[in-house]
Amino acid sequence: MSLQPDIAKSANSDDLSASEIARAVAGGKVSAAGVTEAALARIAKQDSVLNSFTDVTADRARARAKAIDAAVAAGQNPGPLAGVPFAVKNLFDVQGLSTRAGSKINRDLKPSSRDATLVERMEAAGAVLVGALNMGEYAYDFTGENVHDGPSRNPHDVTRMTGGSSGGSGAAVGGRLVPLALGSDTNGSIRVPASFCGIFGLKPTYGRLSRARSFPFVASFDHLGPFARNVADLAMAYDAMQGPDADDAACSTRAVEPVSARLAQDISGLRVAIAGGYFQKNVFPEAVEAVARVAKALGTTRTVEVPEAALARAAAYVISTTEGASLHLDRLRRRPNDFDPAVRDRLLAGAMVPAPLVDRAQKFRRWYRAQMLEIFRSVDVIIAPATPCVAPKLGQATFMLDGVELPVRANIGIHTQPISFIGLPVVAVPIPLQPMPIGVQIIAAPWREDIALRVAHALERMGVATAPRPKDF
Amino acid sequence: MAADPLDDYIDAVGKALALPIEDAWRPAVKANLEVSLRLARLVDEFPLPDETEPASVFAA
Repeated sequence: MSLQPDIAKSANSDDLSASEIARAVAGGKVSAAGVTEAALARIAKQDSVLNSFTDVTADRARARAKAIDAAVAAGQNPGPLAGVPFAVKNLFDVQGLSTRAGSKINRDLKPSSRDATLVERMEAAGAVLVGALNMGEYAYDFTGENVHDGPSRNPHDVTRMTGGSSGGSGAAVGGRLVPLALGSDTNGSIRVPASFCGIFGLKPTYGRLSRARSFPFVASFDHLGPFARNVADLAMAYDAMQGPDADDAACSTRAVEPVSARLAQDISGLRVAIAGGYFQKNVFPEAVEAVARVAKALGTTRTVEVPEAALARAAAYVISTTEGASLHLDRLRRRPNDFDPAVRDRLLAGAMVPAPLVDRAQKFRRWYRAQMLEIFRSVDVIIAPATPCVAPKLGQATFMLDGVELPVRANIGIHTQPISFIGLPVVAVPIPLQPMPIGVQIIAAPWREDIALRVAHALERMGVATAPRPKDF
Repeated sequence: MAADPLDDYIDAVGKALALPIEDAWRPAVKANLEVSLRLARLVDEFPLPDETEPASVFAA
């Protein structure tokens, strides 16, 4: 058998969405092998610029694709994601690879003996893993820069940041190398790169998706979730990954609640409000414009005040730096010179925060959660900026806002942190401003991913939210 | 100029936790600690009832 017919059949798969690929593969119109070869060819051609992949699992992907094609030929159901190429942030365990989590130190770990749960579930649904993706060291990052592997680059302007820490995930989907990628979000690491790279990202409710066999950062905030170029693909990936998992102590025992079939449900009865106060401060005009477009499309002028959001961000910061320090304490002692110096110095400082202050932060967290749940008694959806600005330049240390010079790194996540702090589900939707896109958070009550995804889907149908195609990719 | 007590604190905690802190790193460690303590102080100043449970609640 020659590969050539498969490649010929896949000639147009570069432009297919995940759901279109799955339908075409299941229907025998294209082969999974051909789609996989096309994805590998895109990575080979484009990733020298984007620097989104740290590992390409070509042999594994080809074997997996071959098995899917055999299943189709045998008349078996190949799964809802049949033949869809995807890649994962390199903190997911991938059998045979050391889980580097963006670090130099973890490269010395033994290769993983088993895939992360979410990789297993994606492949069980027919998807094809093609590699692992660049990220900020140990996920303690909002930029997508990495001192060991080099920065991932923004497909809309390769002189700009992807955002982080799931920077490779943002670049790989934004640059159309793969239609789906997985990342993690502790304080904004899915929503920030989705915003900067102009794609959709879902940070589910805390505990919704299993984190088993992924490298942690802040156990009480860590979430995993998908990136995609449209809402239907995002929902398909999310549906494929749901379900209890005894291997993650925080994973909910809730039954699977599929969303894909409900995306088009009417949203006119939903009560939508704009986050006020804190979420309207320290923002560039692009973020204001993006939120205004979403509010107008959803027909709302109502504003809700999120109480003590600045304190929520402060408490999230304190818990992150201390839990992160606890995680890395022994590595800080043994191999301090092998860290990114900026990450090391933050973690060393985190180790020195007195324990009572961390306990206070966790108590405040419960108070804040109660306030937010009260708001969700009269509101179904809150909209807020995903980032205060479009993607900054690589290496940019500060930006000017209202005449004040502010540090970039510390301010990129100011609007995402108060939301993940209490584990609310969020879809980051891309608003295609020119020349750079920017994201808006569609925030729902716990366990109501369906609402956030339905609203994102409606915004997409209205043409308000869309993943713009980069001119060079 | 009087010594900054935070420098003494960094020395003491660094020793207690056996954390190596080279002189070249100290300014950045101190700057980060100052940010963390400033943010933690904001939370500390927020009044909460004595009965408030932390977000994580142990289940036996």
